[in-house]
Amino acid sequence: MDALPQIKPSMMARFKDSHFWHSFKRDRVAQFCFGIFSLALLLAIFAPLIAPFDPYDSAQIDIMNSELPPSWEAEGDAQFWLGTDAQGRDLWSTILYGTRVSLTIGICAVMLQAFLGIIIGLAAGYIGGRVDSLLMRIADVQLSFSTMMVAIIVLAVFQAAFGTELYQQLAMVMLILVIGIAEWPQYARTIRASVLAEKEKEYVDAARVMGFGTARIMFRHILPNTLSPILVISTVQIANAIIAEASLSFLGLGMPVSQPSLGSLISSGFEYIFSGAWWITVIPGLVLVALVLVMNLLGDWLRDVLNPKLYKG
Amino acid sequence: MFAFLIRRLFQALVVMFVISIISFSIQDNLGDPLREMLGQSVSEEQRQAMRDEMGLNDPFLTQYGRFLGKAVQGDLGTSYFFKEPALDVILKKLPATLELVFGATLIIIVFSVPLGIYSAINPQSIFSKIIMGVSTIGISVPVFLTAIGLIYVFAIELGWMPAFGRGETFQITENLDTALLTADGLHHLILPSFTLASIMLPLFIRLIRSEMMEVLQSEYIKFAWAKGISPWRVYFLHAFKNTMLPVITVGGVQIGTMVAYTILTETVFQWPGMGFLFLEAVNRVDTPLIVAYLIVVGAIFVVTNTLVDLIYGFVNPTVKLTGK
Amino acid sequence: MPLLEVNNLEVCFGLRQGSVTALRDISFQLERGERLGIVGESGAGKSVLGFSIINLISRPGFINKGEVLFEGKNLAALKNKEMRTIRGNRIAMIFQDPMMTLNPVLTIGDQMVECLRAHRKISKQDARVISLQKLKQVYIPSPDTRLDQYPHELSGGMRQRIVIAIGLLLDPDLIIADEPTTALDVTIQAEIMELMVELCERNNVALILITHDLGVVSEVTQRTIVMYAGRVIEEGPTKEIINDAQHPYTQGLINALPQMALPGQRLNQIRGTMPGLNDLPSGCAFSPRCDYVLPACHEAIPALTKSGGCNVACHLVTEQNNLSEVNE
Repeated sequence: MDALPQIKPSMMARFKDSHFWHSFKRDRVAQFCFGIFSLALLLAIFAPLIAPFDPYDSAQIDIMNSELPPSWEAEGDAQFWLGTDAQGRDLWSTILYGTRVSLTIGICAVMLQAFLGIIIGLAAGYIGGRVDSLLMRIADVQLSFSTMMVAIIVLAVFQAAFGTELYQQLAMVMLILVIGIAEWPQYARTIRASVLAEKEKEYVDAARVMGFGTARIMFRHILPNTLSPILVISTVQIANAIIAEASLSFLGLGMPVSQPSLGSLISSGFEYIFSGAWWITVIPGLVLVALVLVMNLLGDWLRDVLNPKLYKG
Repeated sequence: MFAFLIRRLFQALVVMFVISIISFSIQDNLGDPLREMLGQSVSEEQRQAMRDEMGLNDPFLTQYGRFLGKAVQGDLGTSYFFKEPALDVILKKLPATLELVFGATLIIIVFSVPLGIYSAINPQSIFSKIIMGVSTIGISVPVFLTAIGLIYVFAIELGWMPAFGRGETFQITENLDTALLTADGLHHLILPSFTLASIMLPLFIRLIRSEMMEVLQSEYIKFAWAKGISPWRVYFLHAFKNTMLPVITVGGVQIGTMVAYTILTETVFQWPGMGFLFLEAVNRVDTPLIVAYLIVVGAIFVVTNTLVDLIYGFVNPTVKLTGK
Repeated sequence: MPLLEVNNLEVCFGLRQGSVTALRDISFQLERGERLGIVGESGAGKSVLGFSIINLISRPGFINKGEVLFEGKNLAALKNKEMRTIRGNRIAMIFQDPMMTLNPVLTIGDQMVECLRAHRKISKQDARVISLQKLKQVYIPSPDTRLDQYPHELSGGMRQRIVIAIGLLLDPDLIIADEPTTALDVTIQAEIMELMVELCERNNVALILITHDLGVVSEVTQRTIVMYAGRVIEEGPTKEIINDAQHPYTQGLINALPQMALPGQRLNQIRGTMPGLNDLPSGCAFSPRCDYVLPACHEAIPALTKSGGCNVACHLVTEQNNLSEVNE
């Protein structure tokens, strides 16, 4: 993965010749997962254009339409092909918007994790010594409190402090902040390990001899070489963040029902599962599981392909 | 052993100190105890007088000192809702949560060890691939969906299991009961335990598998084979004992996660444990109860981590616990 | 009947890219009590050869062809269960790094007793007595306390003695030692080697010593096999090979010994590196590095042929022998 900037024109050619591309072409599962993920991403981005209804617009919601089963069931209405939820919202539209919310929170939270983790990891690995051991000790402590535990407590306390209404307006930001801050050690540890390995290599010495400053060496020379672990972690972390968000929303500590993520949609449907309205829970549940599963499978595949450790054979 | 205990004790103090500060800040900023006690009908002057009297206008440190002093004696305030000492309310719910954790731990150990070892020994077999595939799916299903799925299939459709609650319990003392000693209680425990286990099980299977595979590559395993001893002994003594070391460490970290997920599991199954109580307390802004929960969870954390360290030292001879 | 007879052994490794042959056409014999050295650079296949004798090549590797006859029984065809009665019992193996060879979480006693009890029906107490006796044989101070210690409490030299003691536990007929001293301090190396020779002589145990160090081989063994890129290229009595090496590679190895260089002179070395097993040159694998290369060397792989007291696989040697025959 030594991406030298000089040979930029042939980057595409180099990519097509890489181990990465070759194993992608061979691996059906990876292609399938990538396809599903891209589809979910596109649906989420263009949700306002695709969705037949706007679930945030109360004018379009008629409570008389509540709990209609999917259109293929006997009592279904052709207007709502996946049926409606307890408030009479079109389930298909709500799922599209919910996927959008879940992915937004997942990706933003992971970007925050990566940002913090990369900065701290680079600093710890490159500076070393006391700074390193202090930062890594903090990372240990942070990891020993589980993310879910920290998130539940922090969000619960904020909800109690702000009151439910104000909290619901801030929910998305709070979720991103909490999930983002709680998981930075995942990145920091890996980046630090890569930096320690890369630091020993000749090109870093060469860069230092040529008089490049520390920051430049870190960002221009070391960071590009830590891209593969970052990519592997990010895939799995987005999956984890989506699950965390869904769980928090299920507990009522996340997105409000008026602006549901997949998790809060499932949660709102749970009460009705006993009365037979399975679709409000099951369909968003399947979407959530599919989304997380393809991300996890992609993560596994990336780890197999990119991890040079596994090459030894 | 002595040095170890001292070190542990020190760590425990630090953790409890941090938790107490957090808890106190919550108590200090959340809700107004006066309003809870007096209601709205009291004048502002009386209110101020009361504040002075109760020491609510004292500097932060003084108030914290007072809080700590009471906390050490087991007084964490009175629950606004239950009108009982918060600690008592929490401790009454502790057995239910521990039962759940116990059930889940049992399931995790019983399944993860053989499945992990099997898939490490036969990585190419179809059964191993199925194990790995299912565990990837398992990781991808959030715990509340597992719970809903189990309820839907086993409680609603098949009707084999109760959908919620703890069932009949066996009263040991006035404040201590257990569902483990009644058939009905055990019956109620099955679905929640499997739900709670479902999060950790795939993780542990994968962990045991990858650690075991690494150990099987090592020189001492090759040497064990070269000695001509039985495969059973190589796998289950030589390899497994070494596999356990990292698994125990990770297991210790996962205890925190497990406690967090009891909240989710208890909520879905309306299992009357601490987690369920905690969420109720959050919704009612019952601050003393929230604080008591945090402190009890912190204590559980410290105790279990110490236990994990002791077990680790017991398995790993290079860690000196018992100074000879 | 020789104790061990290896005939046309071929070992392959099945990798994703296709299979790679690690050992080709290996044949040799070993008598009871004889000490044989197997020499070569790392990657020449010496260790694979050692492991394939006790049929313990790690996963993607397998014996493709040939036989390993131990007292007339073909080990390469034995079932795992039968093979287990030979490993550790009749053939013992000593590994390279004593720091990694002993299981860190089991006591020395456990690791010795289990080996004895795997092959003999004896009580734990009796097994302990025998273990103690063997520890004494390898000159371990205060052996009875060692039995209850864990490997990390002992030094590297001490651990290698224990590994040797484990090897001797069941009075084997053959010990295969894979670089037994490379991981140790120089001062301890000689001690361990001496100990091994002494024990082999006293108990009439045959020894296969796998090493890259011709110096050690010359002190310890009676016969030597030189390997290069998975093949035997020279084989014969150790004395003849040291004093009168015929293959240019063996000559290079001998010239590279530190004691061959004059004071103040640079050590001699063989230029280049050994090719990987998946991109061997055509003809003789050593030809790209050889100073005496002939046209024939690029075309055909030289066969192992008798020359003087040794067998040599080299076109140059064959040609010289033919010439001298013609002259006579």
